[in-house]
Amino acid sequence: MPLPPQHYLNNGYGVKSWLLTRDHKRIALLYLAAVTFFFFIGGAFAVVIRLELATPAGDLVSDETYNKLFTMHGVMMVFFFLIPVIPAVLGNFLVPLMIGAKDLAFPKLNLASWYIYMLGGLFTLYALVTGGVDTGWTFYTPFSTVSSTTKVIPTALGIFITGFSSILTGLNFIVTIHRMRAPGMRWFRMPLFLWSMYATSLIFVLGTPVIAITVLLIAAERVFQFGFFDPARGGDPVLFQHLFWFYSHPAVYIMVLPSMGIVSEIVAAFCRKQVFGYEFVAFSSLAIAVLGFLVWGHHMFIAGESVYAALIFSILSFLVAIPSAVKVFNWTATMYKGSISWDTPMLYAIGFIGLFTVGGLTGLFLAAVGLDVHVTDTYFIIAHFHYIMVGGTIMGYLGGLHYWWPKISGRQYNEALAKLSAGIIFVGFNLTFFPQFVLGYLGMPRRYHAYPPEFQVLNVLSSAGASILGVGYLIPMVYLMWSLRYGKVAGSNPWGATGLEWTTTSPPPTDNFTQTPIVTQEPYVYPRVEGRVA
Amino acid sequence: MSELILPKRVYYTIFAILLLCTYLTWQLAYFDLGPLNTVAALGIAVFKSVLVVLFFMHAKYSTRLTWVVGIAGVFWLGILLALTMGDYLTRGWVN
Amino acid sequence: MPELAHHHPALAHQFENLAQQKEASTLGMWVFLVTEILFFGGLFATYCVYRHWYADAFTAASRELIVWAGTTNTAVLITSSLTMALAVRAAQTGERRLLMTLLAATMALGCVFLGIKAFEYYSEYIVHHVPGPGFQFEAEHYRHAQLFFSLYFMMTGLHAIHMIIGLAVMAVMWWLSYRGIITAEYYNPVEVSGLYWHFVDIVWIFLFPLLYLIGRHAH
Repeated sequence: MPLPPQHYLNNGYGVKSWLLTRDHKRIALLYLAAVTFFFFIGGAFAVVIRLELATPAGDLVSDETYNKLFTMHGVMMVFFFLIPVIPAVLGNFLVPLMIGAKDLAFPKLNLASWYIYMLGGLFTLYALVTGGVDTGWTFYTPFSTVSSTTKVIPTALGIFITGFSSILTGLNFIVTIHRMRAPGMRWFRMPLFLWSMYATSLIFVLGTPVIAITVLLIAAERVFQFGFFDPARGGDPVLFQHLFWFYSHPAVYIMVLPSMGIVSEIVAAFCRKQVFGYEFVAFSSLAIAVLGFLVWGHHMFIAGESVYAALIFSILSFLVAIPSAVKVFNWTATMYKGSISWDTPMLYAIGFIGLFTVGGLTGLFLAAVGLDVHVTDTYFIIAHFHYIMVGGTIMGYLGGLHYWWPKISGRQYNEALAKLSAGIIFVGFNLTFFPQFVLGYLGMPRRYHAYPPEFQVLNVLSSAGASILGVGYLIPMVYLMWSLRYGKVAGSNPWGATGLEWTTTSPPPTDNFTQTPIVTQEPYVYPRVEGRVA
Repeated sequence: MSELILPKRVYYTIFAILLLCTYLTWQLAYFDLGPLNTVAALGIAVFKSVLVVLFFMHAKYSTRLTWVVGIAGVFWLGILLALTMGDYLTRGWVN
Repeated sequence: MPELAHHHPALAHQFENLAQQKEASTLGMWVFLVTEILFFGGLFATYCVYRHWYADAFTAASRELIVWAGTTNTAVLITSSLTMALAVRAAQTGERRLLMTLLAATMALGCVFLGIKAFEYYSEYIVHHVPGPGFQFEAEHYRHAQLFFSLYFMMTGLHAIHMIIGLAVMAVMWWLSYRGIITAEYYNPVEVSGLYWHFVDIVWIFLFPLLYLIGRHAH
């Protein structure tokens, strides 16, 4: 079976055909290359951090270098990988395909947002090579505005600029989903990935401007000595934390909501069933997006906010558990009596559900004021948010990348290697981060390059896990690249899945569909399985 | 395009009201109304911006979606202000 | 005339017709304005906190601003919103000459606003009200008045940057009208730019009382 003669990948080969493209699918691949680059930079910092923590003494790097290492790890991973990764890569590729449109509503804006992202990345890379930043990715004041002598301003500007790329992507998705749906594609016929993209876009649009003004205030404060967050000038450092977390807490949902959308798609396709309680799963995405804006104060229980505010934020934080649990229960219910096939995407989806559940439940610990005071700023926090961000976001991303890879590239990857690396990642991840829950509970603080010797065993386990995890991330790089040339041709719909993206050729033509599709039924209408026993 | 074209009279009327409100808010500021000074100033500002949104920006004649988008923006601003001030206003309550 | 609309040169390939394109770009601008509300929202939150904490210093500092300049500028911006709204109307009715005149008037009023603003900044610089080591104010409110002026410069400065962007957008609209690209059938760019211009006006409608008018009566 050959590839289709005309598709978006062979529509021009020159550098210009890529760098000036307005095709959402090519822009998605530009993003894929860029986020992968930043992922490996951020990952390199993690390698050094884990090497340093293999021994109790702070012997590999100095304390000041260590401060820069975890800061740059956080900045790179959060702002340049985790936030853009799924919306900008898979969202860009799939939103028009899934609603049956030729492209996003604003293709030029889409390309512009990639350049803005790269410009922001350049600022941050500049800060990196000229000495780095040591404030932590949270830029807490007054350290970041008064004390730190490192490259705070270029990093802040990098984040400011990249924010506009998020805003434009979110804006583009919202308008596209409202105005570009194919005939018959009603809201409740949309795949759940689109619901999650819509919810994510809402956070992009409503949250990102606030982080933009906040980092701008940081930069302005350093340049003009304004003193908004400087107690010596009458400012309040806690106000910075309010503004910062107004965005940065919802940003966690920017990272995990898209993964949830992917998992919904995968679970339906590999269990060959309608997603249980489709409307509930759809609305739970919106509920998470909205509730996510009401809970930011739980990052500040020990920062000096009023106890009454802490109480309110604590109660509201517990509420987020409801829509999150709805999703987990509904995926499980979808699998019940489904005809499950354990292909690679499904392995990642299962991994996501387990790791997200652990991350989510430990999040409840942190929503409780009393317990949070005990574990704040320890490795318990580190473990918790890595379960969400790495165990959640990256598992979902890799699942989605494997699920739609045949659509993106037109070819199949090596299934055996893919299953192997999914297993390695799952084991490596848990070995890395589970010991950190214990470490944090025992009292090991975050952001120190040395620790008491009694913590060494758990730290060595964690470092060993990180090396396994690193191998797990490298293997897909290899076989996915390999498949681009040598992989078996996949055909339009290798998984036998529903959804408009599977009705067009793989890879799709530049205009996505030869004629505008007309949607006549709900998503996930899978035929009844006849006597298929796993 | 079946777009509604408003008579010029509407724009001139709104303009006159906006100027009048500006004069009013300016003059009111010189009377001591206690806390009502701020309430009046902000009330007039809200009234003026609603006029601009409804007539100059044609929101009155726009789709329901436009209304939802605009209201969502103001609502989220409200979340930011309310929950932030919720902290500052209650800090003194203990002790 | 769906068939005619389909072949309109301004129709981008991803849209089915001009109506869909118009709806999309109008919605896009409204969504963008929401992000602007929250962008300025961070500053308004900062303002609320410090005005609540340092009410006396804020009224004392506010009294130092040039109220006639602020009031005049409010009137200037409102007038520019009128010319903008009329410009959109002229675009709708296809009156090209009138459209170009009104766009030029809008830009001229925008420049007047920025000129008055620059005069204010200069006056404040002369009397050492710019935050930093050279800041001067009565001793009682020295620190917190500086915070007020920090907010004043930050808020009005960002507003002024938005005005400058608006002027650039208007210049493009004027050029598009001059070239005859804006017609009664395809006037959406002017309409969408108008939305932005009105929004910047609204921000000023709030900045004016919050910065210039607090505590005038206590004189």
